[in-house]
Amino acid sequence: MLEIKNLHAELEEEGKKILKGVNLKVGAGEVHAIMGPNGSGKSTTSYVLSGRDGYEVTEGEALLEGENILDMEPEERAAAGVFLAFQYPVEIPGVGNMTFLRTAVNAQRKARGEDELSAGDFLKEVRAKAKSLQIDADMLKRPVNVGFSGGEKKRNEILQMAMLEPKLCILDETDSGLDVDAMKLVSEGVNALRDENRSFVVITHYQRLLDHIKPDFVHIMYNGQIVKSGGPELALEVENNGYSDLIAEVEAG
Amino acid sequence: MSRAVLKQRKLEATSERLAGNDIPKGAAWANDIRQDALQRLLSMGLPQGRDEYWRWTSPSDLTAAQPKSCEPFVDDEEAVFASIDAINITFVDGVFDQAQSDDRGATGLEIGRLQDALSADIHWVKENFSVLEKRAQDAVERPLGVYNTAFATDGLVIKVVDKVEKPVNITYIHNDATSDVVLRHIIKIEEGASFTLLETGASGARSNLAIEVDIAEGAAFNHIRTQGRDHERTALSHIFASIAKESTFKSFTLTANGQLTRNESFLDVNGDDAVAHIAGACLGDGDFHHDDTVFITHDAVNCESRQVYKKVLRNGAKGIFQGKILVKDGAQKTDGYQISQGLLLDDDSQFLAKPELEIYADDVACSHGSTVGAIDEQALFYLRSRGVSKEDATDLLTLSFLAEAIEEIEDEQISNCILERLEMWLSKRKGA
Repeated sequence: MLEIKNLHAELEEEGKKILKGVNLKVGAGEVHAIMGPNGSGKSTTSYVLSGRDGYEVTEGEALLEGENILDMEPEERAAAGVFLAFQYPVEIPGVGNMTFLRTAVNAQRKARGEDELSAGDFLKEVRAKAKSLQIDADMLKRPVNVGFSGGEKKRNEILQMAMLEPKLCILDETDSGLDVDAMKLVSEGVNALRDENRSFVVITHYQRLLDHIKPDFVHIMYNGQIVKSGGPELALEVENNGYSDLIAEVEAG
Repeated sequence: MSRAVLKQRKLEATSERLAGNDIPKGAAWANDIRQDALQRLLSMGLPQGRDEYWRWTSPSDLTAAQPKSCEPFVDDEEAVFASIDAINITFVDGVFDQAQSDDRGATGLEIGRLQDALSADIHWVKENFSVLEKRAQDAVERPLGVYNTAFATDGLVIKVVDKVEKPVNITYIHNDATSDVVLRHIIKIEEGASFTLLETGASGARSNLAIEVDIAEGAAFNHIRTQGRDHERTALSHIFASIAKESTFKSFTLTANGQLTRNESFLDVNGDDAVAHIAGACLGDGDFHHDDTVFITHDAVNCESRQVYKKVLRNGAKGIFQGKILVKDGAQKTDGYQISQGLLLDDDSQFLAKPELEIYADDVACSHGSTVGAIDEQALFYLRSRGVSKEDATDLLTLSFLAEAIEEIEDEQISNCILERLEMWLSKRKGA
């Protein structure tokens, strides 16, 4: 599904190198967790994959089903199947959540050469999906993320994901700012979307999210590279011992 | 050059410019009011670019003897307020058009023509004509408002005695490339009555439109105006309002296109517990120049005023906002709010703002803010990451930016008309 090869990226303005050769292979239907201390390049990886301005890729590529996505505009990547669940979803006053969702769904359908969803069909689908995420009619009507609690914002991200049905979902610290109940709800939303044709990259600091969204693989990122990969047990090791042992091990070579 | 010499030259130029202009004929009392206006204008002088409130908008096209020629814009759009059940009135190049207007009879409402009223020996308009225009001159001179009093040739006089549900919907049609229009509406809303006025269109190649609206105790006035795609027009409007005890004034204007548009408003809040809200949203492109000049006077206790102005500008468009709140001595518990914001879609466009507060009472809450900025990159990325194209995302964020002004419209049906029109105009300019 996704293959990141020797990806190097730096901050455009400062020329500061953040990613220093990331390699990662994510198969169809797999869930990969990326963990690592602050500043290791986890979020940058998600931004570079989704096409945010301000980063320059200096080397390497990222292939989605064999196609390099790094030269595409963000909207083209979305149409190709990339979805980033934001750590801090953006508030957009004056634009109804429903209008936003419908614009997004239809824009992607159009880009893929599919017919736009009729108002009725769209409504039916959004209501069903919103219900399972406990998003009520009021939240759908309100402006995008305006006045939403932390939990509501994250549920809204998952609703967008459910509506857009991407191939590759990148979750950037989706657990931040969530209480236990909200985390459970969000995780259930994510788990409901797990599918043999859909892959997930879950970026997180903590093991606790991975109790709910069980990963197939866990990677440790440090200083712009993936320095260790393993199964779910690696996340437990981090939870028990922190990153320092791992880092010391890496630095010792 | 000394001030006195400058003023002298200004007056000479004014006198020369007005030499051939005849005051429209009318009853003796109307003639007196017109003559008085002409004399006031001659001693005030027509505006010039060095006048304080004309620094950012050159008045020369508004004051020139002949209007700039302007080919009528062929409009293929349905009228903005077509879906609203209203009393429709049409003016063509500044002249009332009976054939394209509804029957003016309605309950709670009396609608007449300005020249009929000004020709009658006895008419209620006698007590209103020019009163609010003159009152506005105390704060800052508004010579083109005075000009309107002297030379207006047509318009409506409306007396509202009850709560009237059906709005009056005025459509201005521009057919003649050289029409020079001077229109005056005089509206009197009596105690406890309410009235909604809708306006659409450009009235001529050049237009000078003034509205005097006298809102009595407990009465309400709603005003929603759109100024459309007739780009080459030169348009000036004035609203002079008196807002009495427990009464409400609400006005909203949507403007798109226009080489020169200036909308001036003078709201005199003179009764306790009154409310005055005025808002504007505009969409400017290319050689677009749009100026909102607002002056609100608070002279009563516990009143509220709001000014909400939003301008989206690109390709060298220019937006101006000059807004003042004057709180007189004793106007305690005044709650004044003013916001003016420019959204610049490129580096060539310009937003100039002059917010002013002048406060003589010591127990008031007045706030004002003025900002200018570009599209929020984070929001743009958020939308694009969901598959929305950059162009569509920019339009969505434009709507988002204008929303605060549009939310000032209370009536949902009318607000939808405005939103639909805005979306239509946005989609039409795509790829341009």
